[in-house]
Amino acid sequence: MKHSVRTIGIWALAAVLFCMSFGFVQRLVVPKYQSKSIEGSLTEEYYRETLGHDVLFVGDCEVFSNISPAELYRACGIASFIRGSAQQLVWQSYYLLEDALKTEHPSVVVFNVLALKYGSPQSEAYNRMTLDGMRWGSAKIGAIAASMTEGEDPVSYALPLLRFHARWSELEAEDFRCLFQKQSVSHNGYLLRADVRPVTRTPTPAPLTDPHLPETSMEWLSKMASLCKANGIELVLLKSPSIEPYWYDEWDADVQAFAKEHGLWYVNTLTQNDAIGIDYTTDTCDMGQHLNVYGAEKLSRWFGEELKARVQLPDRREDEAYQRVWQEKLERYDTEKAAAIAAQEGL
Amino acid sequence: MLFTSWSFALLVAALVPVYYLVPKRLQKSVLLFANAVFYAFAGWGAFLLLLFTALSAYGFARGIGRLWDGQKETLTLHKTDWEKPEKKAYRERMEHKRRTLLVLCLVLHFGILFGMKYGAGILGIVNGWFGTAWDGSKLLLTMGASFYTFSIMGYVIDVERGKYPAERNPLNVLLFGSFFPILVQGPISRFDTLGETLFAPHAFSRENLEAGLFRIAWGYWKKLIVADRLLVAVKQLIRYPETYNGAFVLLGMLLYAATLYADFTGGIDITIGVGRLLGIRIDENFDRPYFSKNIAEYWRRWHMTLGAWFKEYLYYPVSVSKPLRRLTKAARRLGDGFARRLPVYLATFAVWAVTGMWHGNSWNFLVWGLCNGAILLLSEECSPLYARFHRRFPKLGKTWGYRAFTVIRTVLLLSSLRLFDCYATVPETLRAFGSMFTVWNLPLLWRGGIQSLGLHFADYAVSFCGVAAMFTVSMVQRKGRLLPRLHRWPLWKKLLLFGALVLTIAVFGRYGFGYDAGQFIYNRF
Repeated sequence: MKHSVRTIGIWALAAVLFCMSFGFVQRLVVPKYQSKSIEGSLTEEYYRETLGHDVLFVGDCEVFSNISPAELYRACGIASFIRGSAQQLVWQSYYLLEDALKTEHPSVVVFNVLALKYGSPQSEAYNRMTLDGMRWGSAKIGAIAASMTEGEDPVSYALPLLRFHARWSELEAEDFRCLFQKQSVSHNGYLLRADVRPVTRTPTPAPLTDPHLPETSMEWLSKMASLCKANGIELVLLKSPSIEPYWYDEWDADVQAFAKEHGLWYVNTLTQNDAIGIDYTTDTCDMGQHLNVYGAEKLSRWFGEELKARVQLPDRREDEAYQRVWQEKLERYDTEKAAAIAAQEGL
Repeated sequence: MLFTSWSFALLVAALVPVYYLVPKRLQKSVLLFANAVFYAFAGWGAFLLLLFTALSAYGFARGIGRLWDGQKETLTLHKTDWEKPEKKAYRERMEHKRRTLLVLCLVLHFGILFGMKYGAGILGIVNGWFGTAWDGSKLLLTMGASFYTFSIMGYVIDVERGKYPAERNPLNVLLFGSFFPILVQGPISRFDTLGETLFAPHAFSRENLEAGLFRIAWGYWKKLIVADRLLVAVKQLIRYPETYNGAFVLLGMLLYAATLYADFTGGIDITIGVGRLLGIRIDENFDRPYFSKNIAEYWRRWHMTLGAWFKEYLYYPVSVSKPLRRLTKAARRLGDGFARRLPVYLATFAVWAVTGMWHGNSWNFLVWGLCNGAILLLSEECSPLYARFHRRFPKLGKTWGYRAFTVIRTVLLLSSLRLFDCYATVPETLRAFGSMFTVWNLPLLWRGGIQSLGLHFADYAVSFCGVAAMFTVSMVQRKGRLLPRLHRWPLWKKLLLFGALVLTIAVFGRYGFGYDAGQFIYNRF
């Protein structure tokens, strides 16, 4: 009896030690996304939120670069968060939304439509950046199943060490520094950039081989519309301002038709340039692909006003709990914005 | 299904508990089902071919077995009324019948194997000659065909020789031929030895579990940490033979020696380990071959089951065959020494030519085989010289330095021959080999040469540690097998070692997205 208790004890201790060692090494080798490819941090930063949001943005880089929730709050009193990451595919947006709805109930969900152009999984690296930060649950499992490219392995999502083990020879100081605690790289999902790289040429779009958006994407959009409807949420379709990638009229027609069929509001900001006031000589950080902070603030103010005109949203500036939390967020936002601008001016 | 896939791990993890939980009489059925699942991943065509090979071999062996039974019965019946000449004539008739069945069986199955290995090449030549356009791309070698064909044919030959009776249960022959751990890269098993443990019921034992898990973990360790890492550099060296010549060929030779050892022995460790988990003892295929002092010894310690198969089923029969005996008799006119050597030479070259052909369908492998045979014979011819040398310096052979010299000499010799395995053609191999003596570019290795092979410094460091670990284990094994000693260790020590093995594989192994940690080198043979 004494012998078996001892044996069980040794087994249990060994199991605990092994799990701890495995967990430690796993933490060490997984990318921290703090100074490189920082978009990889965006998904998990959502879980640090303590208050709910009235508006959730979902989509790819056109949301996390072009919308500033801080400005949206400051100008319009809208509490929002961006659940977006690099090349976030439409089904990933769907599952991130499903995941968010488990803990909060926004009034509006804004989906940026550019990602509709992808009807199939694209890149393992982007998959990892979007999905690794998701909390475990049916939504994450669904997102992984829908997103895997050839050669990807679902087990490595459960045990990221199996994917990132080769990083052992590339470890940097950041990997040790951020082993247990990571800094926020975003402002409610927004990646602030103050650099200016103006548009110098008008791109010539390549002819479309298929004039329509992929069926798979439209099916997932349909699912997203149903999910929002089932939860009493207003789904808004948004095409953010950009020069590139090119947004084709044929795609626009598809989205318009979808919006009409489902009774959704579709905002194509490409037709509202003057109203928003985007100036592509000063408001873009990469020659018209994404907006910088100047452009993002303009778009956020305009979109906030438009949204308030169409949907009744509470003014969270008058809510004490929100005031406290958002005051801190705004201070951090302003400090980092000033630093980013100073860094650019110092160049 | 690859050994390095999750599906394989899942199959083994599911099989082991089910195997021990079902009633013992059902254990063989469970194994057969697992074999079918494993082989189904290689495609239904491959599965059906395996089924055909096993079941037709069963039929041939049963036919031969019946002839044996009939012979025994008849001879018992006529024990008193038949004279010796009558009995002899009857025996010869029966032997002729058995031989005919055996030859039919061998021609059929080796013909299929030959077609799979060489069909595409032969069709290419035929198309070139006659302007035809026959598609040989579908004549691909199916997984494990070389291994299971040899194992199963060994069984039929044994039955024909009367070594043991033909198996009555076709499922046993099927189980023997399809036993999934040995399908990928052997070892080439014998029906009597493997069958004894494969068909027997097994009860769960902690010793088997421990030994199996350690063996599997060590196999993966060698494969994923050492073999797959060094293979990157080896492939780069082979891909650009014009750039990587001279000292790079020497480096490639040594890296390939380590790669092949880690890959092949790693695979065999996994095979034996999986067998051990099920209580099934699979033949060892290696006995620390890189510690051999000469090439003959090396071939007794490397891929032992293939060597033994060829020896028993090809070398001896060829040596004592009637045509060769006749030839030897005729050769006596040219001297006794020549006549004595002739059968040995011919049988040796025959065995090595076939060994080469077994390994691959290019001239490289044939030349590789014949070179091995030539060196073995040369070494044998020189043995009186060695003996005289050692009589002159009796203490030298016992010194550590001389022993190390013989070991290193053998490794270098074998590694040079293996260049035929690496390069695409015989002239390319010879050019690469020659460049070691004509191109002086050793300093280039240190001036960025080594880094250009696709591995970082850290990779070389890990590989070096890996090779050092394999060397240490081999040294420890000189005092006997490691696993029984490991079994006597206290539990905490065993768990610590196992955990360390698994964790180091997880971190330093080359697997996962972006890596091709799939095929074992010997899988393609």
